[in-house]
Amino acid sequence: MSERQVELEVLRYNPETDQEPRFQRYSVTCREEWVVLDALNHVKENVDPTLSYRWSCHMAVCGSCGMMIDGEPKLACKTFLRDYPGVIRVEPLAHFPIERDLVTVIDDFMAKLARVKPYLIPKEPAPADGSEYRQTPAELKKFKQFTLCINCMLCYAACPEYGLIPQFIGPAAISLAHRYNQDSRDGGRAERQEEIAATEGVWECSFTGACSEVCPEHVDPAAALQQVKIKSTVDWYKKHLMPWAKE
Amino acid sequence: METVRTDVAIVGAGGAGLRAAIALAQADPQLKIALISKVYPMRSHTCAAEGGAAGVIKPDDSLEHHFNDTVGGGDWLCDQDAVDYLVQEAPKELIQLEHWGCPWSREPDGSVAVRPFGGMKKQRTWFAADKSGFHILHTLFQTSLQFRSIERYDEFYATDLLIDEGRCQGLTAIEMRSGQMRRFQARAVIIAGGGAGRMFPFTTNGAIKTGDGMALAYRAGVPLKDMEFVQYHPTGLPSTGTLLTEACRGEGGVLLNKDGRRFLQDYGMGPETPIGKPVLKTMELGPRDRVSQAFWQEQKKGKMVSTQWGDAMLLDMRHLGEKKINERLPLVRDMSISYMGVDPVTDPVPVRPVVHYMMGGIHTDIRAATPLAGLFAAGECACVSINGANRLGSNSLTELLVFGRRAALSAIEHLQTNPRAGNDSAIGALADAAQARIRALFQRSDGKESVAGLRREMMQTMEQHAGIYRSGAGLVEACRKLGELRRRYGAVVLTDKTNVYNTDLLQVLELGSMLDCAEAVTASGLAREESRGAHQRLDFTTRDDAKFLKHSLAWYSRAEPPRIDYRDVVITKSQPGVRDYSGAHE
Amino acid sequence: MPYVRTIPRVRWFFRHPRYVRYMTREVTCLFIGAYTLLMVWGLRELSQGPDAWRAFLECLASPASIVFHVLALMFALYHSVTWFNLTPKALPVQRGEDFIPDGVISGAHYAVWALLSLAILVLAGAF
Repeated sequence: MSERQVELEVLRYNPETDQEPRFQRYSVTCREEWVVLDALNHVKENVDPTLSYRWSCHMAVCGSCGMMIDGEPKLACKTFLRDYPGVIRVEPLAHFPIERDLVTVIDDFMAKLARVKPYLIPKEPAPADGSEYRQTPAELKKFKQFTLCINCMLCYAACPEYGLIPQFIGPAAISLAHRYNQDSRDGGRAERQEEIAATEGVWECSFTGACSEVCPEHVDPAAALQQVKIKSTVDWYKKHLMPWAKE
Repeated sequence: METVRTDVAIVGAGGAGLRAAIALAQADPQLKIALISKVYPMRSHTCAAEGGAAGVIKPDDSLEHHFNDTVGGGDWLCDQDAVDYLVQEAPKELIQLEHWGCPWSREPDGSVAVRPFGGMKKQRTWFAADKSGFHILHTLFQTSLQFRSIERYDEFYATDLLIDEGRCQGLTAIEMRSGQMRRFQARAVIIAGGGAGRMFPFTTNGAIKTGDGMALAYRAGVPLKDMEFVQYHPTGLPSTGTLLTEACRGEGGVLLNKDGRRFLQDYGMGPETPIGKPVLKTMELGPRDRVSQAFWQEQKKGKMVSTQWGDAMLLDMRHLGEKKINERLPLVRDMSISYMGVDPVTDPVPVRPVVHYMMGGIHTDIRAATPLAGLFAAGECACVSINGANRLGSNSLTELLVFGRRAALSAIEHLQTNPRAGNDSAIGALADAAQARIRALFQRSDGKESVAGLRREMMQTMEQHAGIYRSGAGLVEACRKLGELRRRYGAVVLTDKTNVYNTDLLQVLELGSMLDCAEAVTASGLAREESRGAHQRLDFTTRDDAKFLKHSLAWYSRAEPPRIDYRDVVITKSQPGVRDYSGAHE
Repeated sequence: MPYVRTIPRVRWFFRHPRYVRYMTREVTCLFIGAYTLLMVWGLRELSQGPDAWRAFLECLASPASIVFHVLALMFALYHSVTWFNLTPKALPVQRGEDFIPDGVISGAHYAVWALLSLAILVLAGAF
């Protein structure tokens, strides 16, 4: 059982006592296979119970523990101490207001998620015999990767557009809309276009690609957004050059 | 104190809570629904379930088969009328999810695919790769967004139920972001708060599984049923305790001891089946309690592999091939590589049994109603009982849907027969008392107990004395220790006395829930002098239907250990028999 | 009150190497725009007769012009390479169940680019 002394530099903020955030250093003995989350739990249990952060599953599926680790958006439960030889800087996820310590206010994200109508708007009514819609493995694969988003918001923390232009609906929300647009059972693309083809929708995206670089689930939101752009552009041309054609 | 007036309040926004909310919203768009959860819905632990949800759809399968598998799997402690209801509603609920967009894996012809699962005679587990719970949760959450009548209260920690005139009239909850307590006045409350696996040190459960929902009902006078039945999932990662789905074995993975022997055949689950061609309901597809027990026995003989995290067995999936693993078990591969440094495509993965699920919970009837008028419960926090003494994998996700909906319908029935609003001043006084109790924690400054210390002692006690195999002496000691810990809990002091997102307070309250639930587990276990399903006693090694074909009921007492009582099991079609998972059974 | 961290409106892209790479990609358009203007100027000189054209060609041979051309070529290459590598993201092609690998789509772009470049060089009399 191999151990290591780890130095954590954690950004603290308590609105009741602090005017602005400040760093606090913790020095803890950690097992070598631990992740940053294990180190934080160790701090909270043995050194400083006042440290607040979100976590739950410890297997990168609940999306709770997103934070900036050495300036990079990461899931604390999947960031291995062995990859960080020096002092590890831990801050709350960028581009979100800080509620307390490593806990951010995610109201904006939740509102945007709801705005894009991220639910199935069926193209046809369900089969009369009560059976399932048929969907081939190829049709499933068409949108499958966009279903994998765990809503961890690392993409929002990485996206410079979202950082500079907070009205931007953002990578995850638009990718989720695209997931439904690509689902063979869905017929709601026109309804979603109102939100995602707007100025604050996909057109705020300049294909920086940071979102896809940091996504822990390989959803590739950047790809989704470019695909939405192309479809929206084709829509626009069809509408203006071939107004007789049905959508 | 700010008051929210609503018709139905739901505590917990996982699979069961969300399903209940949607059912309420669909049944009556005029209903006001408050969906209250201590975490954002996407974080609910439903997301970690991997394998799938059971429902009969194949032509060679039948409701009777599903019924028999479940009742036998539960060692005949299941209420058979409830199991009948479950197997009947299951296919409809799973199809409903599909209609809502759930990305179920498919057959080449476009129909929904099913996979084999432990203890099931036929293939009936619907799956979405190996992230079924994740997809079910997100489908439900996203679907819920279209109903404006569902008001969400995210990151509100429920502290007390408000009981007046013999009815449940709402609850109090702390808004995490401000630390302010809020009163929710409702004519019906549905608890869907999940299980309490975090009382053990080694579990697949996430941080949030601390039994708060169970404790809410328990302290309000509702008994907790069958708490002694704690399920160990055979294949957890030794380093983190997180889950490798049973589907690994469903797809053909095998379990080996350190000599490379498929040792399950030595524990009544043989004969050995051909590699890669699993036979349902035998060998690695035996039920979870038997497989975990086999591990314990084999470990006693010194035949387990030694790792830096303790003993383990090997889960060998190499013969499945890279393509199949990437397609059907991608999360499993990712987790094995990241957290164990082992790639299942090239090497067997060390695994060991970890605490996974609580069969027991809030006592409800077949309508998801508790004995307390106006209070309902569904999901892992409830015990109907459809899982009996041991749950079959993939029945739980189905249970969330079937009984989440059932709880909603029962709540609506209750509202129709109880149109009267509650007595405002009486309920207000109860809410004030709840608030005072919490504020008292902030005032205390001279206690010497730490939440982490007490929690560690509780976990050690459970691990040592309430594990896969228990003994009378061990359970007596566990009961004594937990009683002591509950007393010492009264001296816990908050290090963090501020109000905004105080997770020190949260952990103190969660510890209180866990201690109460843990005491129910050990007291019920001590009283049950037999071995059945997941409850195995070294001093009472056989099943005793004459004395114990009954549900345990644990009744809360503030200062004393719980009072244990019994209740008959509903037996309709299937008389208790022998659980046969050897190849000889067919 | 929650604390809002501000982002420097001009120097934000120094915060991380990936943002620097992104801004470099975006800045390539300035060089490509400048080169286009250069070509327009060249056409104009060509239309003014052989003396004007000769003067223009002499300008092109100056050291400053050489430096500009090298830089412009580098940026244009960077622009094209990043563009080709990102194209498969925007235009996924599904054949049967699987998607055509990204490498094949970008590879096709590179191939066409090489062919066109060869054709232009031949037309310009380079061989």
